[in-house]
Amino acid sequence: MSVLVFFGLNIIGDPVYMLVSPDADQEDIDRVIRNLGLDRPILEQYVLFVKGALQGDLGNSFIFGESALGLISRHMGATLELAFTALFLAIAIGIPLGLYAGLYPNRMSSRVIMTSSILGFSLPTFWVGLMMILIFSVQLGWLPSTGRGDTATFLGITSSIFTLNGLSHLILPAANLALLKVSLVIRLTRAGTREGMQQDYIKFARAKGLSTTRVVGVHLLKNILIPIVTVLGLEFGSLIAFSVVTETIFAWPGMGRLLIESILQLDRPVVVAYLMIIVALFVVINLLVDVVYSILDPRVRLKEQGK
Amino acid sequence: MPNVKLLTPLIAGIVTAATMATAQDLRLGMSSEATSLDPYFHNLGPNNAIARNIFDNLVLQNEVQSLTPGLAVSWAPINETTWEFKLREGVTFQDGSAFNADDVVCSFKRAPDVPNSPSSFGTYLKGKTVTKVDDFTVHFTTEGPYPTMVNDISTIAIVSNESGCDATTKDYNHGDAAIGTGPYSLVEYVPGDRIVMKRNDNYWGPKPRWETVTYKPIKSGPARVAALLAGDVDIISGVPTVDIAHLRENETITLSQGSSNRVIYLHLDQFREKSPFVKGNDGGEIKNPLIDQRVRLAISKMINREAIVERVMEGVATQAGQLLPEGFFGVSSKLEVMAYDPDGAKALLAEAGYPDGFKLTIHGPNDRYINDAKIAEVIAQMLSANGITTAVDTMPRSVYFKRASAGSPEGLPEFSLVLVGWGAGSGEASSPLKSLIRTYDKDRGFGASNRGRYSNPEVDALIDKALVTNDDAAREALLAKATEVAIGDVAIIPLHYQVNTWAARKGLKYIARSDEYTLADGVVPE
Repeated sequence: MSVLVFFGLNIIGDPVYMLVSPDADQEDIDRVIRNLGLDRPILEQYVLFVKGALQGDLGNSFIFGESALGLISRHMGATLELAFTALFLAIAIGIPLGLYAGLYPNRMSSRVIMTSSILGFSLPTFWVGLMMILIFSVQLGWLPSTGRGDTATFLGITSSIFTLNGLSHLILPAANLALLKVSLVIRLTRAGTREGMQQDYIKFARAKGLSTTRVVGVHLLKNILIPIVTVLGLEFGSLIAFSVVTETIFAWPGMGRLLIESILQLDRPVVVAYLMIIVALFVVINLLVDVVYSILDPRVRLKEQGK
Repeated sequence: MPNVKLLTPLIAGIVTAATMATAQDLRLGMSSEATSLDPYFHNLGPNNAIARNIFDNLVLQNEVQSLTPGLAVSWAPINETTWEFKLREGVTFQDGSAFNADDVVCSFKRAPDVPNSPSSFGTYLKGKTVTKVDDFTVHFTTEGPYPTMVNDISTIAIVSNESGCDATTKDYNHGDAAIGTGPYSLVEYVPGDRIVMKRNDNYWGPKPRWETVTYKPIKSGPARVAALLAGDVDIISGVPTVDIAHLRENETITLSQGSSNRVIYLHLDQFREKSPFVKGNDGGEIKNPLIDQRVRLAISKMINREAIVERVMEGVATQAGQLLPEGFFGVSSKLEVMAYDPDGAKALLAEAGYPDGFKLTIHGPNDRYINDAKIAEVIAQMLSANGITTAVDTMPRSVYFKRASAGSPEGLPEFSLVLVGWGAGSGEASSPLKSLIRTYDKDRGFGASNRGRYSNPEVDALIDKALVTNDDAAREALLAKATEVAIGDVAIIPLHYQVNTWAARKGLKYIARSDEYTLADGVVPE
């Protein structure tokens, strides 16, 4: 992975000409090239990078002059906050609506839910984002259109979730980011519900005289959650890693925007460090998904299988 | 749907809690972001603009880049190689410490020498030595006469010898060292999100206009316009050209426009016998026709600058006939915008031996200048319509500039016809003449952006002479003469000067600056 990213990035363009002032003469340009270590052969650069990486140093940003890892972790809080809020919205809105549409597939309201979810799927994020700004900020003036609000620290976590001003800034970008995921969860939940309701264990539970709430809430939900958790796990990774469009439109100071700007300005160390972090992140998320499986479904618990 | 019920009161609560900004607060939505608060870290427009709020320079550039007293009250050359600057007395830094010559000396020592700096101010300080004469007098000495000394000095902010000179870039970004003598002092810096400043009540100049100032980077054009319309910011920079027309009709918005010091022009390959992107009509190699002045003149005559300004730029640009708009030091009063003359162009081509034209490719960036890719396409169409079959190749600037400057296997400019822009940071004509027109000379630092490798001994002699002439009138005449000869020779083909647009809420306007900076005190009541 690191080989691919490192060499791929180094083929494209030249960061030096992006950095130097146009007034700079050839001598200045050469000095910048030396300072950034770009005068060395590419293989040597890679060896130096790997050496540094093994010691936890992924290099310094060309543009900000500080460590790429530090730069990314500073932007990570804002992105995590956005991603968790979006994930929460996806679950809190998607699952109830999906269940409803699955349990009562023939009602008019279910059809409305399903049709809207198609819209949620197919409308491009940047367009929806701009429309939300136009409606809620420009026309109605309810919510701020840009930036992150005030932050506060609670239980050691600094986040804008804990202030009213912060929440008001968070709603639009989080809703924008969540839209696609909500639609996804609705469709997954509905499909799972419709299939699940035909199964023998549901019929059996009903025959036993259990209440509908218990049948749906415990027996059904637990069984349909597995595909939803799998998909949400993967989607959560992409929420964190690639919320670039939403962060750009809402000027959200997160790491997605940092990534796209680093790509545009060829800040190679930041791009490489970012992708390394994302790889690690996906590994961790997949592990967590597996752990959640074993909680939801006793059959996948390895220890008990062995017995 | 319990969640929707939950959300409604939440939104209502937030709406009532939203605070309206008072008339003393200014919020600016910026198209680009400063990369650091260290004034010497990165010589870049947005950084320099932020620094101008917090720090002062010895000499300031006003909105048309004329030089005005800053922390220096007067300056003059005392002999051929020494400039004397008298400093302002009674000025204090925002932390209360006094300003004197020690601050100046150590600032000029730190400026060219910041670790990891991607673009250093050393460019302006080469060969200059600063010495303290007394507490309020400093001398700058050079090896030979150096008439543009004051322009160079005006680029350097002054930091404090107590808190700033030994500080690291990190100290500046954390705010500990970001202490200047400027109109605003730093309150908070959240990279990527905002820079907040408050009025410096002890400012030596006119009382700063705003109580608090918040810079917010909003790089997406439509989002920036939306933030202004929604009232989340009071003024935005870099209004997208497509939005200008409808914002002009909006009664709640005021537009402010001003010509910049940036000329958009074409450079032509004038140093290779066989130019890589020039081909005969049959696709075979031919001798480079761009070396012939008549061919270059013909190309210039084929370009309808009026159409570019009116159609592509939607009227937001000025047709260009030379390197800088009128009003700047060293601009020629004799040069006119080249008239659109397709018949004259064809006659010139025939005279030069290319009655049927040839094939050419124009290269340009697609994310650097306003509408850059569209301009390249229009020019290709204009040339094609008049016999020179022209293809277009545009690319991101991260790829483009390296190739345009040194992309060939020998490290020479790669292209045959390039679209580029040049902003004269020093605000006078020696800047583009030195970098674009003067013969490439690595050792002396000339022609670094001469991507056509134009070379004319007559022009070089005029430029060299101007650069050592201390007398302003004589120097201005030399610079104008050099420009006239170079343009007569079609060293470059000027297209237009960019016009910058700011949009503010009703009641405010911006005093447009030719250096494209957005300064808090430039935002004034209408």
